[in-house]
Amino acid sequence: MRLKSALISIALGAALIMAGVITLVDFPAAAPAPSPLLINAAGATFPYPIYSKWFTEYNRVHPDIQINYQAIGSGGGIRQLQTGTVDFGASDMPLNDQLLNDFKFKVLHFPTVLGAVVPAYNIQGINQELNFTPQALADIYLGKVTKWNDPAIADANPGVNLPNQDIVVVHRSDGSGTTFVWTDFLCKVNGVWDAKVGRNTSVNWPLGLGGKGNEGVAGLVKQTPGAIGYVELIYALQNQIPYGRVKNPAGIFIKADLASTTAAAAAESKTMPADFRVSITNAQGKGAYPICSFTYLLIPANIQDTTKKTVIKDFLHWMLTTGQNEVEGLSYAKLPEDVVAREMKAIAEIN
Amino acid sequence: MSLRTRWRKVVNVIMLSLSGVCALLTVSILFFILGYLVWYGGKSLNWAFFTHLPAPVGESGGGMANAIVGSGKLLLLASLVGIPIGILGGVYLAEFGGKTFSFLVRYTTDLLNGVPSIVIGIFAYTIIVVPMKHFSALAGGLALGVMMIPIAVRTTEESLRAVPGTLREGALALGTSKWKTVATVVMPAAMRGIVTAVMLTLARVAGETAPLLFTAFGNRFWSSGWNQPIASLPVMIYTYAIAPYDDWHRQAWAAGLILLALVLLANIGARLMVSRGISFRRV
Amino acid sequence: MASVPVTVGRARPQGRARAFVERLRRGDNVAHLIVWLAAASIIVVTVMLVYQLYVNSALPRHKFGLSFFLGKTWDPVRGEFGALPFIYGTVVSSALALLLAVPLGVGAAIFLSELAPPRISNATTFVIELLAAVPSVIYGLLGIFISVPLLRTVVMPFLKTTLGFLPLFKGPIFGVSMLAGGFVLAFMIVPFIISVSREVLMAVPVEQREAALGVGATKWESTWHVVVPYARVGILASVFLALARALGETMAVTMVIGNDPKISASLFAPAYSIAAVIANEFTEATGDLYLQALIELGLVLFLITILINGLARLVIVATTQKGAAQG
Repeated sequence: MRLKSALISIALGAALIMAGVITLVDFPAAAPAPSPLLINAAGATFPYPIYSKWFTEYNRVHPDIQINYQAIGSGGGIRQLQTGTVDFGASDMPLNDQLLNDFKFKVLHFPTVLGAVVPAYNIQGINQELNFTPQALADIYLGKVTKWNDPAIADANPGVNLPNQDIVVVHRSDGSGTTFVWTDFLCKVNGVWDAKVGRNTSVNWPLGLGGKGNEGVAGLVKQTPGAIGYVELIYALQNQIPYGRVKNPAGIFIKADLASTTAAAAAESKTMPADFRVSITNAQGKGAYPICSFTYLLIPANIQDTTKKTVIKDFLHWMLTTGQNEVEGLSYAKLPEDVVAREMKAIAEIN
Repeated sequence: MSLRTRWRKVVNVIMLSLSGVCALLTVSILFFILGYLVWYGGKSLNWAFFTHLPAPVGESGGGMANAIVGSGKLLLLASLVGIPIGILGGVYLAEFGGKTFSFLVRYTTDLLNGVPSIVIGIFAYTIIVVPMKHFSALAGGLALGVMMIPIAVRTTEESLRAVPGTLREGALALGTSKWKTVATVVMPAAMRGIVTAVMLTLARVAGETAPLLFTAFGNRFWSSGWNQPIASLPVMIYTYAIAPYDDWHRQAWAAGLILLALVLLANIGARLMVSRGISFRRV
Repeated sequence: MASVPVTVGRARPQGRARAFVERLRRGDNVAHLIVWLAAASIIVVTVMLVYQLYVNSALPRHKFGLSFFLGKTWDPVRGEFGALPFIYGTVVSSALALLLAVPLGVGAAIFLSELAPPRISNATTFVIELLAAVPSVIYGLLGIFISVPLLRTVVMPFLKTTLGFLPLFKGPIFGVSMLAGGFVLAFMIVPFIISVSREVLMAVPVEQREAALGVGATKWESTWHVVVPYARVGILASVFLALARALGETMAVTMVIGNDPKISASLFAPAYSIAAVIANEFTEATGDLYLQALIELGLVLFLITILINGLARLVIVATTQKGAAQG
């Protein structure tokens, strides 16, 4: 009897406390501060580290504005923007004309940062950087190269003792802009890939394990011996996963870093169209890393809610000025200056 | 003793021991799960976990304060839907039911019980998220509430049926109307069972992840009101577990411990209440 | 002066008394209506659920028809959607789970019902039923960090060296795989099998056991040849119920199964289940056909689980009637 009443009092007490907490958190009407404005966004995991830093920073500067960004992949960002369940989206893949037509409203692209996609691997005993030719990468992902000591890889890495280990291919299981960048590169360098698989946020992979988000791929690579996966540079760095150099069109095995990413953008930014949609994979230039991409915020051209519109425009402005100072700390490259200037002007197109 | 008999005896001992091994194996799994969670999750619990919001990706020191409150909010919302319908439905089946209609209700309740949770998530998405045009705690709460209904109905009906008919007849003989009989005599007698029902359903849906993935969605901040995306413990565990960041893994373990502790406490509490038998007195 | 008559339903003064009775009845009517509405709303919700699933999967149903179930390719780029890899993954991982869980579960149930002293039996059952309450995502968490590495480093290499000639155990070892999915599912459904089987075994009349022992059977022979067959229907029902649970599991499966929509003979290869693909791709299905194809998969899963649950119930009903007939 006593045990029963004790249990009941505990349960009731817990329920009351919970209800109290919820009320306090939920209805701060007693508090003078008004309920914060919540703006919902979703999309790419490629820039998630810098976006989450930006949105936290912005919230610190403007405590009454919360931008809730959910990293569900570029495909998710595009889809949720289309159905209107988020206020803006984020994607590494610029929307092609067909996709833009599917939207019932006009969408503007705003590049935010430059990033690089690297081949990360987990091979026992190998901690150094391996060299990968584009052909090797394509053949690995086509399933033609199945062992780490295959000549396709070994030839580019003389002196490295590659084990006779099975290659575990890891790709994205969700709709991903990073996938788009990777497959876009593979299409440009390998005709078989172009014909068989193509480029998109979600493709029919010949083989491999699926990880959810850049985090999922990084997680799988980290835990699976023999694995290779493509991730945005910061995910490899933050998790100390070794990643390789890739041969660029100039014939040099180049490592992804700020310099090589910036170099990739430099050549292309001058020919960038007015709506900023461009692919910079396999860029020309000796110092250019061949698998780079801009990543975009997808903003509706017409925003009904005036408060949200002002906030979004202000955020874009902040992002192009203060925000850019934080990107290099997370190994993303800053936007080229002329791109920034053009974007500032383009903000006016939102009304 | 013939050879055959000896063989039969040997087989006897072997098979019975094997069955013991099976039981031991199953029990040790639970203890292992609990032990590992307690050890690893306990190590990761700190004050920051309970009070901080999630930190930016890759930075340590974040917490799951919003997810803990978020789960509470979702459960509250789910209870508003699931408990009234469940309990009243159970009352109908036990006290008021007509023959064919009761059969139909019971059949659909069993059906609903078997529906995979992700399908219920799809349902909530189509009827709430799509028309409202955003993810919300409401959609998540509704999905969980629908999942609560079958368990609440079944347990309520069983506990009401377990109340002896003499109680009802006595009340009716005194001139009490039927509804008053049910409300003031039968239900208090079955109160233990009904409370058990509530606790079990809450425990069951507290750990559900799949239906929340595209209804409640997720939120890195506090969520206010009922029509904003909201964070929840199970979804956070999932998101953090599949990521590569060690700090996130640590937090996932801690959250797993909290979730499991709540679920197990509710279940143990519910069973203890029932095992004491039905009391005829009010609590 | 008493305004309420002491007796109800007998000869009584008109007016006030009748009004009182009307109020009584009205209260009953209102109460009846309320609970009826609650019960009806359950039916309404279920009907709406099926309706929404059906209506929101119209596009792929019209486009692919029955070939949806036979298609092996899931290619969102080209708009080709075939459900076979997911049906295969769901069915095989659940079958594997049953293969592992049924012997373990029935064995444990036998021990708990026949051998263990009542206190230990009850305490152990209590503990095992708690296992049934552990949320799926926690099984997934343990799966990722404990089961998968264990499988990858110990179990799978062992299987490969001993049984590697079988196509089931060929191919590279990733860790996340069909086998891992079946393994984790087995843990999740064992408690159901144990608790229901134990109850059914305990319900077998003592006379049956005594009769067997009386003719000289060993305890095991009595259990295996008399008690278990007597209870086999209930055990079968528990298996069906466990199967229905396994088919619908989402989180634990998607965390360990590898998420690759391919059909492979090897258990070491990654696979994909219906629930897992819906969880992964729902929020980003660009285009209505893609989203509706996922919803159609949800409809398929729903129908499969109804079927299994229905079979379980049929089995139970058939026995009860047969048992009653035998009397």
